[in-house]
Amino acid sequence: MLDTKAPDSTNPTPAAMRLLPAPAADPMRPVPWTVRRVLRETADTFTLALAPAEADTRLAFAAGQFNMLYAFGLGEVPISASGDPARSDELLHTIRAVGAVTRGLRRARPGDRIGVRGPFGTAWPVEEARGHDVVIVAGGIGLAPLRPAIHHLLAHRGQYGRVSLLYGARSAGDILYRRELSRWRGRFDLSVEVTVDRAGSEWQGRVGLVTRLVDRAVLEPASTVALLCGPEVMMRCAAQALEERGVPQASVYVSLERNMKCAVGLCGHCQLGPALVCRDGPVFRYDRLRRVLAVREV
Amino acid sequence: MSTSGFEQILGRHPFFADLDPAQLATLVGCARNVRFEPGEYLFREGEAADCFYMLRFGRVAVEIATPGAGGVTLETVDAGDVLGWSWLFPPYKWHFDARATSLVRALALDGVCLRGKCGQDAPLGLALMTRFARVAIQRLEATQIQLLDLYTAGR
Repeated sequence: MLDTKAPDSTNPTPAAMRLLPAPAADPMRPVPWTVRRVLRETADTFTLALAPAEADTRLAFAAGQFNMLYAFGLGEVPISASGDPARSDELLHTIRAVGAVTRGLRRARPGDRIGVRGPFGTAWPVEEARGHDVVIVAGGIGLAPLRPAIHHLLAHRGQYGRVSLLYGARSAGDILYRRELSRWRGRFDLSVEVTVDRAGSEWQGRVGLVTRLVDRAVLEPASTVALLCGPEVMMRCAAQALEERGVPQASVYVSLERNMKCAVGLCGHCQLGPALVCRDGPVFRYDRLRRVLAVREV
Repeated sequence: MSTSGFEQILGRHPFFADLDPAQLATLVGCARNVRFEPGEYLFREGEAADCFYMLRFGRVAVEIATPGAGGVTLETVDAGDVLGWSWLFPPYKWHFDARATSLVRALALDGVCLRGKCGQDAPLGLALMTRFARVAIQRLEATQIQLLDLYTAGR
């Protein structure tokens, strides 16, 4: 029997934060990792698979946390871990090449070294969601920070109610993790729906906003935890669609992206109203930040 | 299918929720079963819009023809969705193509018949107008957000 009471946890409390993985040593010192593989995902997006450069290096992370990746000589970027949190011997990060550092990372080849600091920040509330239905709404590259949560949910599948993945991408060519999506679609205990914003007549799948998938999802509103990641407008629309379905806003979690620099809450570059995204996020309970997200000046 | 079957289907559909029995009976009287093979068009741009569809099975792509690119899909509608509002508004012409991307089974509701009924029965007209206006607003909002091209980097 599932517990139908919605979780009342907020963002991880300070006590819970202490339970999350954190950098093993100096959080400001990058640790060298070796590029094992570079996987092309779409025209502008790739996944870096990293292996420890030194025998005793390990990096445990919780689903939703991020690392600072340092392309030597170019700079650092915050990237959410996108692999299986149960594996500490290989780190995956899915990256869109849009700036000097990320383009530099795309040029990396097996055997190259990059620096890694982390893990940082808060995590998806996968423990709090036990016993509940889980709806995952991802848009574009927002599927990457959610993938570790999906790995966790599937690894502990019996502890959750219905699990639904609703994924929206710009076009068919922009869909991430195609093989994995196909595999997940083949499972009887996971509902996977994909839609694209634009398509030619050759595309046989859905066309339309990802929020329309929310309208159609089978869920028990009072017992649903929703995990959202994607463009902020998409997350706001999805949160509204969930609210219209009766899902409490306190059960909706979003992952935000801001200009994270130090990653330890010192520099203030990623301030969002009362929060520092690197320290208090990137995963937030939506009702805590929804007003701030609607303020243009923030 | 008997009209009692239509009544059950329409009566349970959220789109027609809260219609009174007489209004529902009017709709039932204008309904018929239709079926389309994959690739078949439910309607084409410029044709007379003389009905709307309540999809019971399958998927339909709403497309617009573009020079050189063939059909561009604007959206898809699936089982449970209602397709088509041009029957309700002058000039009663379809503005897009609707192509079955799979086997489609649907109820087609005769728009010409319903327009006549709405002219005689203002509450029915208001009930249908309100429902189709909601569909049109949802479509407009979705289009506005799609125009933002949200998944472009930096959004």
